[in-house]
Amino acid sequence: MSTATRTIPAKSSAAGKRRFGGGQERTNWPATALLIVCTLAVLVPLYVTISMAFKTTGQAVDGNAFSLPSPLTFDSFTQAWTLTNFPRGFMISVFVSVTAVIGEILVSALAAYAIVRNWDRRLFRWSFFYLLAAMFIPFPVVALPQIQLTGLVGLDNPLGVAILHIVFALAFNTMLFTAFLRSIPLELEESMRMDGAGTWQVFWRLIFPLLGPMSATVGIFAFIASWNDFMMPSLIISDPEMQTIPVLQKIFQTQFSNSYNVAFASYLMAMAPAIVVYLFTQRWVMSGLTQGAVK
Amino acid sequence: MSSMTRPSTRAEVTAPAAAKAPRARKSRVDPLYYFFLFPSLAIFTLAVTLPAVLGFVYSFTNSVGFGDFEFIGFRNFIAVFQDDGVLGSYGFTLAFSLVTVIVVNVVAFLLALGLTSRVRFRAALRTVFVIPMVISGIVIAFVFQYLFSNSLPLMGKGLGIEALSSSILANPDLAWVGIVFVTAWQSVPSAMLIYIAGLLTVPPEVYEASSIDGASPWHNLRHITLPLVAGYAVINTVLGFKNYLNAYDIIVGLTDGGPGVSTRSVAMAIFRGFEGGDYAYQMANAVIFFLISVAIALIQLRFTRGKGGIAA
Repeated sequence: MSTATRTIPAKSSAAGKRRFGGGQERTNWPATALLIVCTLAVLVPLYVTISMAFKTTGQAVDGNAFSLPSPLTFDSFTQAWTLTNFPRGFMISVFVSVTAVIGEILVSALAAYAIVRNWDRRLFRWSFFYLLAAMFIPFPVVALPQIQLTGLVGLDNPLGVAILHIVFALAFNTMLFTAFLRSIPLELEESMRMDGAGTWQVFWRLIFPLLGPMSATVGIFAFIASWNDFMMPSLIISDPEMQTIPVLQKIFQTQFSNSYNVAFASYLMAMAPAIVVYLFTQRWVMSGLTQGAVK
Repeated sequence: MSSMTRPSTRAEVTAPAAAKAPRARKSRVDPLYYFFLFPSLAIFTLAVTLPAVLGFVYSFTNSVGFGDFEFIGFRNFIAVFQDDGVLGSYGFTLAFSLVTVIVVNVVAFLLALGLTSRVRFRAALRTVFVIPMVISGIVIAFVFQYLFSNSLPLMGKGLGIEALSSSILANPDLAWVGIVFVTAWQSVPSAMLIYIAGLLTVPPEVYEASSIDGASPWHNLRHITLPLVAGYAVINTVLGFKNYLNAYDIIVGLTDGGPGVSTRSVAMAIFRGFEGGDYAYQMANAVIFFLISVAIALIQLRFTRGKGGIAA
């Protein structure tokens, strides 16, 4: 929690230095220049992806990844759109991500609330440690029986993948929510209970709204993780027609391995949604990550 | 940290509760709380505990994933230890994880140091540096696979560098470098944000005091900054190992385990249990993998105890 507020004092401490340090207020231009050069490591691969996507097939195969597209064409996007059946993959990925986001927030928030309010009861305390144990069980360890079981109960589909995303994030999310809930004073809740509100109302009308910032963080990470994941859908979803966007990109390695421009257009369409979500929700991404780590 | 917050909330809990403690003691738990807790326990038990137990049982059988099977004791485990392919995947995964953890921590710390110093465009720079974190591992691996196998060799030839004139991903001795690079590319942002949070906890007065005493910037870094962010390095190392030991997406996108089996990770070896009919055998492998992961985590947690209370 404290880290979220700490990012703000950073500025005021700079102001403090300005007052006391004398002469130290100058911008560190060498460091700035160095960091700008370092951004090339991030920007060049992105530039290549974008410029390749707008090239013609003829230009894309010449091997020069860094040249600007000439002529500029949108053909690769329409081709990628039909080759991967983008609308279908997109809807499936959206379904998986939205289910994972809603599921992760609800399941962990409810569990965390029950655990924190009944911490003195053995069942709830032990449940907490039981859920935390999941941190030590990575997906590869249980993958083979999981693939069998999901097939057995008819969950070898996007819904099964969404559920697995919820499960594997459960430990971390519950930990985040319990830490946050412990900082909410009990008085708020008690006055509401005095007025005759039950646990259900207290949770939905008071606690859940208070958990808002934490839910935003959990939700954004749930979205990014489930939108980008390749391992789980590629192993769990048995019907290739039901695959998510990242898994669909494999066809450019196997079937259409020379249509670089089409492949990059497809990659661009696959990564764009997560980048857009990130750019609009940066604040929660930054604070959420540090909270999670420090807690 | 959670242990830090607990006592304070305890105090808050006991203070108002003391007045009506007798009533609170006697009252039963609202059954609704069980209902709140139930979904998480149910899906966790069905989706993790049950498969884990099944997998453990299967690892002592000769099952091929379906049909009849019989128990064969520790034969799978013994076979795993005699399998050069599996041992090779452990060697690769451990070495790759170790190198990646070091690379990521060094780069992330330097970037964090830069971004917390008096640089211009700080917010914009940070935004750019975080982007790799939100890009799909397999997709960016495909992009880099193109760069490594097409663009880099062209540059290598142009500059006359022998080692780069052919694709590094096709070279069994160099393919891992590409995998470390792309994994680091994707993992640096989260480690960097954690280091930034750590660096911002150092009060500026500390630096002011030491500069008044005539300390050099190097001295400050060595004797103030590094000891104070040591706990954050532990966090990054623990989280890093947890991710890299399960490496899959990026390797599939770059080399798919090749050339040969030189870059096959443990996760990839386990998943092959469904193709090769060696289901029970790979379950034994998964059990061993689980024990090794837990051992590595515990070793790291032991280290943490000595390094301030940040992760404790």
